[in-house]
Parts: sequence; C-alpha cells; structure tokens
Amino acid sequence: MRFSGWRVLKEGLTGNKGWQAHWRDATPKSEYDVVIIGGGGHGLATAYYLAKKHGITNVAVLEKGYLGGGNVGRNTTIVRANYFLPGNSEFYSHSLKLWEGLEEDLNYNVMHSQRGQIVLFHSDGQRDAMARRGNAMINQGDDAELLDRRALRRMVPYLDYDNARFPIHGGVLQRRAGTARHDAVAWGYARGASERGVDLIQNCEVTGIDIEGGVVKGVQTTRGAIRARKVAMVAAGRSSQVAAMAGMRLPIESHVLQAFVTEGLKPVIDHVISFGMGHFYISQSDKGGLVFGGDLDMYASYAARGSLPLVEHVMEAGMALMPMIGKARVLRSWGGIMDMSPDGSPVIDRTHVDGLYLNCGWCYGGFKAVPASGDVTAHLIATGTPHAAGARFRLDRFRTGRGLMDEEGTGSQHNLH
Amino acid sequence: MRLPCPICGERDRREFTYSGAAVALERPGAEAGSEAWDDYLHNRDNPAGVTRDLWYHEQGCAAWIVMTRNTATHEVLGAALASEARRAGSTS
Repeated sequence: MRFSGWRVLKEGLTGNKGWQAHWRDATPKSEYDVVIIGGGGHGLATAYYLAKKHGITNVAVLEKGYLGGGNVGRNTTIVRANYFLPGNSEFYSHSLKLWEGLEEDLNYNVMHSQRGQIVLFHSDGQRDAMARRGNAMINQGDDAELLDRRALRRMVPYLDYDNARFPIHGGVLQRRAGTARHDAVAWGYARGASERGVDLIQNCEVTGIDIEGGVVKGVQTTRGAIRARKVAMVAAGRSSQVAAMAGMRLPIESHVLQAFVTEGLKPVIDHVISFGMGHFYISQSDKGGLVFGGDLDMYASYAARGSLPLVEHVMEAGMALMPMIGKARVLRSWGGIMDMSPDGSPVIDRTHVDGLYLNCGWCYGGFKAVPASGDVTAHLIATGTPHAAGARFRLDRFRTGRGLMDEEGTGSQHNLH
Repeated sequence: MRLPCPICGERDRREFTYSGAAVALERPGAEAGSEAWDDYLHNRDNPAGVTRDLWYHEQGCAAWIVMTRNTATHEVLGAALASEARRAGSTS
C-alpha cells in the first residue's frame, strides 16, 4: 500500500475502508540470517537498510515490548547536525542528509520540519566558541549562521534579552535543523522493513545469546530459540543487560532524562531554541504543545521517571529564557533511559564475538541519529567493514584513549556529560 | 528523593552530588594494565536493580557515602561512609 494525496482523497470518499495495517506482526521462525535485538528507531532503521541497501531480507527484529515503545517514542523530536569533533561531525551530517530524503524514501509522512534550531550564547567567550562551532558545521558541509543580538531579536522577539544572569548576545542558527514526528519515524521504518520481508516480532524478549567457540549462533527468547548467523544488539536503554548475555561489561551508565509537554497553544515558537546555560531547550509541536526538556537527573536510574528537583530547575530555566510561557499548563512529563557513555558519544562496532555487533551509547542524542545509525549498522553487518560515516564509533576508544569524542571537553569520564 | 547520610540522617537529594558506581573506591595499581584500568574507569555492571554508588554530601557534612539503591524503583536500601566501606573491603 502506497501513500499519496490521491490515496487520501480516494479513502476519504469511500469511508476510509481501504487502509491496511502498516506492517506484519510476525511470529518467529527458527532461523534467520540476521537477528536484531531491539525494535526501536535504531533497530528498525538497521533492518530497513539491511533489506533496502544490502538485499538482506531474512531478518528478524526482536522487541520485548511493542515496536517503538522505548526512547524513539519518548524523546523531544529534535533533528540537527551541529557537532564539532571528527566522528560525530560526519556521522550527524550524514544523518541529516538521510532525514532530508526520508519521507520520499519511506513513502511515509514523518512530519520532518526544517524549522531551524538556534543555540544561544551569553558572553564574548561563548560567542567565539559558537563561531568556531558554526565554522566546523560549514566545513562538514552543513549550514550555520552566526546571529548577533539584533538579528536574533528580529527572529525571536520573545526571549528575555536583558536577563541579569544570562543576557542574550546572539545565537547560531542551523536552518536545516528542526523536528520530526518521532513515532512516525519508527512506524515508517517498520513498514519499510516489513514490506521487504523483515519479520517484526513483538513481545519477544531475548533471554540469552548463544555463542560457540567465539562465534554467535543465535538467541534464546521468551518465544523460543532462534538461530542466526549474525546478531546485532541495538537496545539503547537496556544495552548493559543485553550485552551481559554475551559476557560483556559496557562503558555505559544508565540515566533518566525528563521531558515535558504543555497543553496545545496557538503557534508561538517557530524554531527549536536551545538555552545551554540553563540546560533548557524547547520547540512547539504541530499540535501546539510546547515540548521542552532539560538536563539529566544525574544519578543512575532505570525508573523512566524523574525527580522533582529537576522539574523545578527546568521550569525555572524556561521562565528565565521566555517568561511568556509562564501561564502554559504542563500536561505531561516523562523520562527516558539514556545509555550514557564516558565521552558522550555512541558506539557502533563489532564485538569480541564473531557475528555479534553492538550499537549503544546514544546518550541524550539518539533520535536525530536514527537514519545514519541504521545505515551505518546495516553496512557493518552486511559488509563486515565500518561505514565511513560511523568508522570512529569504536568500542575500544575508551581503553586505548585514541579517538575519544568528548564534545563538551569535560573529559572522558562517567557523570560528566 | 531523600537520601540517608550516616552522619546527618535523611536529607534532601539536592544536598548531594552523585559520583557514579562505588567501583571508584577500588583504584587498581599503576601497573595493573589497560584492561584493569578500563574496567575501573569505564566499564560498569550498570544494573537495573540494586546498585552501590558514591554520593558526596556536598551541602551537608561533606562526607563521601556509599549508597545501596535500587535503580529501577529509586528505593534506598542503606548507606555507609565511604571510608568505612573501603576499610571493610565491601565496596563492590
């Protein structure tokens, strides 16, 4: 079933009776070429690109809950490519390009909206750092504009420019950045993979990884044993538990990150605005809700809900930046479980086991990475060699100290990112 | 969340700074090799359940504390001064 304007019109005139399920809810076979553990954005994208680019369709995606029920459905939907260091730079640049063709590629409306993201600065030193970052973004082939206070004020007049603690001096604008409908990204990839023959298997928790003589042979699940020539662990949020089944201890500590949404309002915020000094960022969904978030709660947690001190801090930061939102009523808050790595950057790599691959450590930036992560992971699984855009996401960089990607410059150490 | 300080009693979470898994108290020797140092600095059990981690009572008595906590429920099961936990050799 293809989506089109014509199709919408036809269905509208015939009682919407022709719509079908977007993917097959498959039951597991006894053997696959590739088994992907984790039916979130990254796992589904990996399956999609394995099938589409590499012709590998004898693939199962195993999800312990329901498809897209983890972080791909719990994030704040921001898509951007404003990283600085080699490794992250080419990867997120690649991802943004994939985003730009994603709806056509998937024939699915993921509501990708390139409304622009503005990162604010508040001092001369920060202005220099942002100019440097903007130049890095331009050098990687993406767009960046340095806005002074006057230009920024014309664009977003509602900020508190004369805030006593953080007066706003300007911002870096990436016009191609924006947002997308997070659930639709999972659904679109699921549909694309399923159409090409991939089995999407829900309520199927992996309970063991079978390894013989250093070679992966398959997985044990709550729906029986499944043999596989290759297995990919793509379970950010639960990476440590999955990898432990293969005898691995990962450089990951899990933290909760909260997000919030208000009641629907008329359009007031046209961009994504990041207020780094307050650990606050905000955009407005197409439904009208203000979607915003802050920093980690800063202690290891799998509780998928945060604590009140952070809620208070986020609200204070929002009020400091844009007092106009003070009367908006918050409808919901929630937490997602972040795979925090020591340097704040992810891992896409082989493991010590032949045929076993690892995709983890997305920290709080996994959503925008979904297309490139799927593409790069599929490439690694299919060809056995790293994709150029993800070749630096090596697991051994922490042990060797070579190729660390510490964007914040705080050190490669847990609890600093 | 409220955390028990062995010296001050139960206090607001905001008085404490979190500093990661209590493995930080088991520093390997300088010649222990890169695997041991990698395990000490980076690799973690990261359990979804009971864990032991280090907290600094920064805005209280300035004690370093090993908390025994459940990461899935946020229940706090016990607290000991890091100096004593270290002497007892039961930090992991």
